Amino acid sequence: MARNKQFFPRQVVEAGGNRWDWALLPLVLAALVLLAYGARQMSSPYQLGETLPLSLDPLVLPYYLLRTTVRMFIALFASIVFSCVFATLAAKYRAAEKVLVPLLDILQSIPILGFLSITVTAFIALFPGDLLGVECAAIFAIFTSQAWNMAFSAYQGFRSVPAELTEAATVFQLSGWQRFWRLDLPFALPGLLWNMMMSMSGGWFFVVASEAISVSNQNIKLPGIGSYIALAIEQRNLHAIGWAILAMLIGVLLYDQLFFRPLLAWSDKFRFEETGGDTAQTSWLLALIRRTERLQELATASGRFLQRSFRVFRRRYDGTSIRAQPHDPSSTAQRVWDAVIAAGVIYASWTLFHFIRAEVGWGEVAHAFVLGLYTLVRVLLLIFLAALIWIPIGVWIGLNPRLAARVQPLVQFLAAFPANLTFPVAVLGIVHFKLNPDLWLSPLMILGTQWYLLFNVIAGASTIPTELRYAAQNFGLTGWLKWRRFLLPAIFPSFVTGAITASGGSWNASIVAEYVSWGDTTLRAHGIGSYIAEMTAKGDFPRIALGIGVMCIYVMALNHFVWRRLYRLAESRLHF
Amino acid sequence: MGAPIIELKGVGKSFHSADGTSRVVLQGVDFTLHEGEIVALLGQSGCGKSTMLRIMAGLIPADSGQVLYKGMPLFGPARGVSMVFQSFALFPWLTVQKNVELGLEAQGIAPTEREKRAAAAIEMIGLSGFEGALPRELSGGMRQRVGIARALVLQPEVLLMDEAFSALDVLTGERLRDDILDLWEGGQMSTKAILVISHNIEEAVMMADRALIFASDPGRIRAELPITLARPRAAESIEVRGLIDTVYGLMTASGSRTAHVTQKEIKAKLGDRLPAADIARMEGMLESLAETPFQGRADLPKLAEQTELADEEFLNVSNALTLLDFVHLDHGDMVITPIGEQYVKASNPERQALFGKQLLEHVPLIAYIRQGLEQDPSGDLPKGLFMRLLRYTLNEADAEAALRVAIEWGRYANVFAYNLNTGVIHLPEAEEST
Repeated sequence: MARNKQFFPRQVVEAGGNRWDWALLPLVLAALVLLAYGARQMSSPYQLGETLPLSLDPLVLPYYLLRTTVRMFIALFASIVFSCVFATLAAKYRAAEKVLVPLLDILQSIPILGFLSITVTAFIALFPGDLLGVECAAIFAIFTSQAWNMAFSAYQGFRSVPAELTEAATVFQLSGWQRFWRLDLPFALPGLLWNMMMSMSGGWFFVVASEAISVSNQNIKLPGIGSYIALAIEQRNLHAIGWAILAMLIGVLLYDQLFFRPLLAWSDKFRFEETGGDTAQTSWLLALIRRTERLQELATASGRFLQRSFRVFRRRYDGTSIRAQPHDPSSTAQRVWDAVIAAGVIYASWTLFHFIRAEVGWGEVAHAFVLGLYTLVRVLLLIFLAALIWIPIGVWIGLNPRLAARVQPLVQFLAAFPANLTFPVAVLGIVHFKLNPDLWLSPLMILGTQWYLLFNVIAGASTIPTELRYAAQNFGLTGWLKWRRFLLPAIFPSFVTGAITASGGSWNASIVAEYVSWGDTTLRAHGIGSYIAEMTAKGDFPRIALGIGVMCIYVMALNHFVWRRLYRLAESRLHF
Repeated sequence: MGAPIIELKGVGKSFHSADGTSRVVLQGVDFTLHEGEIVALLGQSGCGKSTMLRIMAGLIPADSGQVLYKGMPLFGPARGVSMVFQSFALFPWLTVQKNVELGLEAQGIAPTEREKRAAAAIEMIGLSGFEGALPRELSGGMRQRVGIARALVLQPEVLLMDEAFSALDVLTGERLRDDILDLWEGGQMSTKAILVISHNIEEAVMMADRALIFASDPGRIRAELPITLARPRAAESIEVRGLIDTVYGLMTASGSRTAHVTQKEIKAKLGDRLPAADIARMEGMLESLAETPFQGRADLPKLAEQTELADEEFLNVSNALTLLDFVHLDHGDMVITPIGEQYVKASNPERQALFGKQLLEHVPLIAYIRQGLEQDPSGDLPKGLFMRLLRYTLNEADAEAALRVAIEWGRYANVFAYNLNTGVIHLPEAEEST
């Protein structure tokens, strides 16, 4: 038998592949074809002012879902590249860190509508007569809803690489390029992936805003789920909303099963704690891929490519070479750099001062701050209420390991689902019962972000050491005392983590939640979110900038004075 | 003695803390590592031995003096120097094989050649069969074998071992140490010199041709002890025991400030670090010393064996007892003082009072805190004030440690109380009300 083989061409004999390859083949081909098709549709002739044909027919939804998916993945890819570059620069160079980290802190608290209104005209001008410009604007908007927290997580990952591993990398002469692939990126990867998932749900949340671009007097609706929803809202078509919800559910489910779950399961080997845990994620798709031969070869081939790049970008001299001689970090250069930063800050403050005086006036600023205060009260109150509801439920679930294992994926899924789809229902209700929008629009802000709270509380409760639970039982702790002395302190750190995420998300959501339309009915609550949304619709740049600035100040102040302190408290005292 | 490989000439190093004060970690260190020798560095934690190792590895630059590798100035890690880490420092996402290949890959060696050399190193260190395993699947001992294989596969001229065995249990550590000595004696490794940092005195005496004993504040070489015994050495032999005894004597003499009863005038200073000794351990050791078989006078290694403490803990506890004048050291023996005897016989409340009295008399930091509290009308002071004071002489971690010890001792003796939530040190409740 073996000898016969040589009569056949090599490709036939060693075609490789096993039945698992064949099983996955249709899936792989279908994904490739669809993505290529979706991508090709992005470039087509387009004149500004032209209305793109859109339909509310449920049958076009799969196509729209595809278009939205392609946009999301391009934005995600851009976010990953951005995060890596950002984190490398900020973690390696002190001078860059001084500027980049505060900058990201600010960018992070700017709502995505703000970016869109400033950049959309520039993007359109970039590709005159083509839809690609608008597509780029939409992708950029999605990018801004995804990139910042990923960049932060990568930066923090790079910074917290254990000292001994860094030393090992240095002793074994790893070059910067090798270090990045062998040490920094793998170490930061689990955190980065987790943030990628959160980013993806962030992207979904703003899909309407980023596809149905109605800023700066533009009114463009790109084919996609977001535009479909926007159109349905305009036409008060509740059925279409229902179909869109269904399509999104399917979309989120597909992302989860085909993309994130396999990635999470794969990234399990990058967990740093060296002891084995049993929290490993599983994925049927990854298991399937691991059984194939051909797809595995693809992975090894890319591995080989990386290896080859290691040979090219290696350290070519060691510590005995004159080239390794450290040049003293010149203190003058450092001082000059500090001076440049200071000058930049002073110039910016002066411009800001001038801008406010000339364009908006101090009265408007005070007004915006008052509105910000309303939103602040809403956010804090809502988190308090959500905590009141979800802490008992979360603890109860967390203490039942079997229940927790079943509920946890569901909660993750809910967190990824864009809650703003349910807004029209709320509008109908409020209008029907003639309720006060200031009060009743508020819950919408936390609709999507409360799940982070629940998720973290469950995680916290399920990691309470068993001995501690026995001890609490043994001392007969019951009722309020049990909560105060045992359960609340035990879940506090994870609660704070969840609350930070929920708070950040709620601020961002306020723009959508405080200003809700259903056809020609528009409900607005008093707050900084509705202020920004309203000004964006009008295209009033100075006031958009003012609104965004005020929101930034509130978010940063809240982070600095409340969350960071609670976090530090949790870190220093309340942990096992 | 062979040709010099790494030479340190008058090397000094200081670290700068955030508030601009600097602390001298190493001062005037002269040391030469020659071909064909194993050298052990001994000293208490924070004495600068680890800094010295990292300077030799090219990981941190020296502030003053010269570092030469084969006569050439060293600016960074040299290819001929490899290192084994205390916490293994394996890359958890790489298999054993890939971890061992790490240094070869960095040098750009072709995959086939790499695999061949890694396989040889893996076999030599006894890891065959584990090539495809991830580090988290291995026990501590096996992980450190990977760490050693990773260092040896580069065929280094110098092997630096930073407490390579201290994260392992005693038996595993001994086994690994013997394996390395076998390779060394058998000439299977290309390594020409090994430098070992250790807490464990027996380990140093069993391995080294030379032991250097470090003194702290600032770190410098206090004593050098040649060990000419032939290998393999028997841990139970009289020669080895005698050497261990000598090293104990050298180390405690350097650590304690009241080495002899007559040297009372050398008192501890306000900004000194305090030995991180647990009170229960101090009492335990004092009681063992007072009881049979020692009856108040003990040979240090024997006492260490009796109390079953690791060397570092043992030294900390004995330094603390010496500092508080419960014992004194006499030619490598520990002798109980009359105050120590009184303490052993006392009841619990009396012990507390006696401990407090000794604290106020012999630990300037605690006396200073107490005095401050008594003078303050509210009877409380934030911990941060004392941290700021200590930072003038100690780095952040050491200052934190010293204050923690002071608070623990002070609390036990009821000299003052401390509230963790508020970070405030205050007078004990009972005294406040009077």
